[in-house]
Amino acid sequence: MAVTSVFERLELLLPRVSKPVQYVGGEINATVKDWDATAVRWALMYPDAYEVGLPNQGIMILYEVLNEQPDVLAERTYAVWPDLEALMREHGVPQFTVDSHRPVGAFDLLGVSFATELGYTNLLTALDLAGIPLSTSARTDDHPVVIAGGHAAFNPEPIADFIDAAVLGDGEQVVLEITGAVRDWKAHGCPSGRSELLDRLAEIDGVYLPSRYEVSYLPDGRIAEVVRTTERAPRRVAKRTTMDLDEWPYPKRPLVPIAESVHERMSVEIFRGCTRGCRFCQAGMITRPVRERSARGIDEMVERGLAASGFSEVGLLSLSSADHSEIREITKGLADRYEGSGTGLSLPSTRVDAFNVDLANEISRNGRRSGLTFAPEGGSERIRRVVNKTVSEEDLIRTVSTAFGAGWRQVKLYFMCGLPTETDDDVLQIAYLAHRVIRAGREASGSKDIRCTISIGAFVPKPHTPFQWAAQEHPDIVNRRLSKLRAEIDSDRKIGRNVGMRYHDGKPSLIEGLLSRGDRRVGRVIERVWREGGRFDGWSEHFRYDRWVAACAAELAPQGVSLEWFTTRERGREEVLPWDHLDSGLDSDWLWGDWQDALAGREQDDCRWTPCFDCGVCPSMGTDIQIGPVPIGPVPIGPVSIGPR
Amino acid sequence: MSPNPSAAAVCRVRLRYAKRGKLRFTSHRDVARAFERALRRAALPMAYSQGYSPHPVVSWVGAAPTGVASEAEYAEIALVEHVDPEVVRAELDAALPEGLAVLEGVLAGPGGLTERIEASAWRIEVRGLAGEQLRRAAHMLLAVPEMLVERVTKDGRRSLDARAAIVSLEVEDCLAVLPASDQLSRCGILTAVVRQASPAVRPDDVLSALGAVAGLPSSVLVKAIRTAQGRLDDDGGLVDPLAADRAFARTALAPDGLARSDGRSDQHDVAGHAG
Repeated sequence: MAVTSVFERLELLLPRVSKPVQYVGGEINATVKDWDATAVRWALMYPDAYEVGLPNQGIMILYEVLNEQPDVLAERTYAVWPDLEALMREHGVPQFTVDSHRPVGAFDLLGVSFATELGYTNLLTALDLAGIPLSTSARTDDHPVVIAGGHAAFNPEPIADFIDAAVLGDGEQVVLEITGAVRDWKAHGCPSGRSELLDRLAEIDGVYLPSRYEVSYLPDGRIAEVVRTTERAPRRVAKRTTMDLDEWPYPKRPLVPIAESVHERMSVEIFRGCTRGCRFCQAGMITRPVRERSARGIDEMVERGLAASGFSEVGLLSLSSADHSEIREITKGLADRYEGSGTGLSLPSTRVDAFNVDLANEISRNGRRSGLTFAPEGGSERIRRVVNKTVSEEDLIRTVSTAFGAGWRQVKLYFMCGLPTETDDDVLQIAYLAHRVIRAGREASGSKDIRCTISIGAFVPKPHTPFQWAAQEHPDIVNRRLSKLRAEIDSDRKIGRNVGMRYHDGKPSLIEGLLSRGDRRVGRVIERVWREGGRFDGWSEHFRYDRWVAACAAELAPQGVSLEWFTTRERGREEVLPWDHLDSGLDSDWLWGDWQDALAGREQDDCRWTPCFDCGVCPSMGTDIQIGPVPIGPVPIGPVSIGPR
Repeated sequence: MSPNPSAAAVCRVRLRYAKRGKLRFTSHRDVARAFERALRRAALPMAYSQGYSPHPVVSWVGAAPTGVASEAEYAEIALVEHVDPEVVRAELDAALPEGLAVLEGVLAGPGGLTERIEASAWRIEVRGLAGEQLRRAAHMLLAVPEMLVERVTKDGRRSLDARAAIVSLEVEDCLAVLPASDQLSRCGILTAVVRQASPAVRPDDVLSALGAVAGLPSSVLVKAIRTAQGRLDDDGGLVDPLAADRAFARTALAPDGLARSDGRSDQHDVAGHAG
């Protein structure tokens, strides 16, 4: 079948839409291959606007890994804004890839990476524009296999009707295995059609096919059980873990967009996983264990990536970058090498300690010291123990004093509101902290002209975390607490004017909560919201709370459940959770114990530095934490290598 | 070679570049960013601006609007070492994304580039209108002394006189490219020389003026390209803005003319032939 570019038709529409450059591709380091010379073709989608999706590391890595295969073609597609969507429908232009403007419906596979559940309606837009039936059961051999990945894929149940498969965990290796299955099936003339291909995919480790499992419910609405409908699918699907990051130095040639994007820099992932054990953090839980890239590997990626991209800034990415065991050497080495070259370094880190300030001083030694960010997450020491973000008030004040003393003029503090066991007082403590920060900062800097910005997000309980059983706080309560906090901050005007407060309305978080911990019954809500015009729900100017509430009422009530049932209801130990058949490696007893510890305000150490506390990941996944320079002498005895290999 | 932000500029190179194909949808900011990154990839010895975040020094001259292609865009870059302008052109051209092409590079002579640019020539392909309709509209527009059109900008609606800026306007027929719909297969090509004005009169303003004067349908689709920029000569043509620099380079490169002592004779040769 000849597949031709839709660009000739698309370009007539582009003068009529905003920011047309986002639809034309043409990035440096993009790959364009001959369609007919390849056997397996992937369309990779980030279900948000191009400016957000282009810098996504997951897509960039898989794009390069797949295109390195001589007989595989991978192109990218992003969500189109409603102005272009309307014109595409009017003129019959299908969802297209930006690389060669080929119709997405012509590819063998459509892989969609979900960083957030609020992208689900954008998936439906793309499927519909591509001519792919929304329901998996209506798809034929001619339609792409639709596969979800990313963190949200750890509970893909709300989109179970729309996706053929989900991939759990790291994607580098499993995409090649999926590719192999498709290549083989096509080479043999597609035996037994799509159904056979899907069964073959179900046999690959880490690949979950919702259609091969049946969910039954109890009269009270809870799940009775989830059972597989074929022996070819595993009882539980275990996540994939890429162990040696130095063997996977991707992206080697970062994509450089022509259009402006949200991250105007190249990124190097310096380690994967996190062992801090913050109980709210899904990313930290599902990406265990910690696997560090070596200092040399990082160095090579930075050098090669800068030469290939022309970027003038490098971000050293991870969930807590200051925790890399060789971070001091890495940052000093890079700061030395690029000194005076106009190349900047950035290091996202949430640690609240003096070491973090030292690192920030190091990477900014030639630049301006503008803002420094810390994430205490909770306003009171009590709530910080609940979430396991252990930092005392004295530590925090000492840390910000060090920062102001070193010439920094602004600190940003990140907090959450609506945490389990939280009271008004826990949130009002944020104001007290902010005031102390300003007083300490004025003293340390000798200047009145300093700023403290507090940024507050509403807490959303996530699957595979100790808070997966928690009741989500209602947005009315979250919003009320935030107004009280605002008033408390402003109560001392002389200090309050140096404090900025940034927060979002709590309502989108409730919907995110529904989509995060929902089950298959939520799929109808998503589809209804989408049919009524729901698009780009992650954008406040497009998100409409009322539409979601009405769709929940219409679709969930007949099924005996509700928006509140999925969100503000606390779950019990015995309840079957929608994602229990998906294995992130975390031991369910450990998670429950950690949840009980949270309620009692007991902290948990970091296993990077202290003995193993049996979260379950390393033994069940056959992995272990990988840190530090290659050890010389005997391998350390103890927790680092516990478990069967 | 790694950039050295503190070094002073020793020479300036003027470039003519093109914005083509899919990249005609770039805004000027997009083009500027692409140039900056290409200059880094090409590792040319750029002069950098001072300050906390130094940027390569590039001066731009009136960029074509988003959506409009061009074969005649101009920019000037500053270098901290002498480099053959042809080498600058070739290396930058290779480092830029497909759709941005550097067509010429000449050593900057005395005088600014901006004052050598007074008007633009545009070639505007209009789909959905037959050449004859377009020709009638052009005659009508040329016959009126002024024609105010409105444009929606970030700051609201602005009104500007599109007629006053038009130096000349010609129409030719073109063959249908799109077989799909009858309406769009009608096509005319408009060639316009338009004076640089403030606010700038763009190809779509010319179209609006034609529409207003002759009552044309608003559903036409337009593909525009800037073919030249320069000072107007006596016949309404445009003078190549780099011609003066090429002429200067020829005289300066005469045996005892150039105040340059690095002995790179190859540069002289190539620069001498660039015209």
